[in-house]
Amino acid sequence: MRIGLVNVTKAFGANRVLDGVSFEAEFGHTLALVGPSGGGKSTLLRLLAGLDRPDSGGIFVDGSELPKSEESLRLYRRKIGIVFQAYNLFPHLSARDNVMLPLLQVHGLSKTAAADRAEEVLLRFQLSAHADKQPGLLSGGQRQRVAIARALAINPKFLLLDEPTSALDPEMTAEVLDVIAELRESGRPIILVTHEMGFARKSADLVAFVADGGICECRPAEEFFGNPASPATRKFLEKILKY
Amino acid sequence: MEFLFDRAEKPAPLWAKGATVCALLAVYSALCIWVFSISMMKWEKVWEYRVVFLNGWMTTVGISAAALVLSTLFGLAAALARRSPFLPLKYTAVFYVETVRGLPLMFLVLFGFYGVANILGWNDRMAVGVLVLSLFSGAYIAEVIRAGIESVGRSQWDSARAIGLTLAQTYRFVILPQVLKQTLPPLAGQFSSLIKDSSLLYIVGISELTFSAQQVNSATYSTFEAYLPLGVCYLLLTLPLSLWTKSLEARVRYET
Ligand SMILES: Nc1ncnc2c1ncn2[C@@H]1O[C@H](COP(=O)(O)OP(=O)(O)OP(=O)(O)O)[C@@H](O)[C@H]1O
Ligand SMILES: [Mg+2]
Repeated sequence: MRIGLVNVTKAFGANRVLDGVSFEAEFGHTLALVGPSGGGKSTLLRLLAGLDRPDSGGIFVDGSELPKSEESLRLYRRKIGIVFQAYNLFPHLSARDNVMLPLLQVHGLSKTAAADRAEEVLLRFQLSAHADKQPGLLSGGQRQRVAIARALAINPKFLLLDEPTSALDPEMTAEVLDVIAELRESGRPIILVTHEMGFARKSADLVAFVADGGICECRPAEEFFGNPASPATRKFLEKILKY
Repeated sequence: MEFLFDRAEKPAPLWAKGATVCALLAVYSALCIWVFSISMMKWEKVWEYRVVFLNGWMTTVGISAAALVLSTLFGLAAALARRSPFLPLKYTAVFYVETVRGLPLMFLVLFGFYGVANILGWNDRMAVGVLVLSLFSGAYIAEVIRAGIESVGRSQWDSARAIGLTLAQTYRFVILPQVLKQTLPPLAGQFSSLIKDSSLLYIVGISELTFSAQQVNSATYSTFEAYLPLGVCYLLLTLPLSLWTKSLEARVRYET
């Protein structure tokens, strides 16, 4: 998968979170975005997801530029899977109905086809026993797995995950990271924002460091952690690996 | 006498509650019978007019039911319009909601009938009555629904956009179902107000319940006997609604 940013700027008021960023990355399976809190990881991911538009500049995914109008962006979003940190699911719908909603309303599957597909993905993530529960009755880890199942059910071209485990306790984090690692086998590309450095090191092909209005460094995981090039990255890694 | 107190740390026993209700019923009915007996009761005369009461009651039920549906539509439309980015639509909704909520129903009834409907030559009193009542109640319902929509978090909108729902689909499948669950108790309260407020339509001569009681009163020269059934008839409609609201509130509380 290939992504490219050309002179992308995104500001919130006076806060220029991405300031004229140009960047290109090609990776086989997983790109991890890491960096300090408030550095702009989520902002970048939302741009790639077509949820927000840059103030200026162009964003390219696999060679084609993302459209500008909300209507075409919606068509773009239909083909990708997006999972946020928390509250992905619709609380009034059961796990099954959460998975079925986009299949029925966005992708035009018949009721039986959608139900079969939902059954299939829920089974894959060991969630069949919880299919009829509403999110309020699921654990945090189960909720995130349902969210990933929902994103995968539509056969997305790739997945965008924004800190999918940061709201979870260690045990649940492991259970969700297992699922993400397992996705590697399916060959669907993933762009992942994460604070789990161990996980990024083990399962990401490329790691990009997002801070100070741009992408300071983007290199293969081993090099990134073994021998960080930019001082900003080094300082960040020192700080978080201290404990 | 400790059993007559219901405190959080020491709830009253069930038998004490039952006994209290029975005792109070006995005391209050004795009081009522005493009042009845000192006034000249003309129940037979009022009974002759029972059809008038029944017709009035049916009219009130009909007007309330129609206004209930229409005011929900007005409220929903105004709440959505108020969130619209299109300024003329948004400001129309703001203007409607804020003026109507700032005016007494009495004014709206008088102005609606004599100021507007008369001039337009619209003589269907029932229709005008339902419309005025719906416009009035719709403004309050709009605020209830708007508060409900605003209480749905930003993450729900994001998730809906992320899976590719259109704006209309987002409202239909994600936002409004959650709003409905949250706003049912206040909405039921508003519907109860609507039933009671329909009594004001008697001033423009719609023969609903209050108007009927008035007629019976002037025909029989009885007051107590004409107005007591009036109150009972309203309670017959509003009490079940209130009980239903209470059970809804309890249910919503347990689910979240
Ligand atoms: N919708 C918004 N309105 C205003 N400011 C925003 C908005 N979204 C993000 N920001 C600001 O942009 C900056 C970058 O935010 P972003 O969420 O991208 O950081 P992040 O790298 O994802 O951080 P974290 O690790 O805490 O999630 C922050 O200073 C944040 O306050
Ligand atoms: Mg973030």
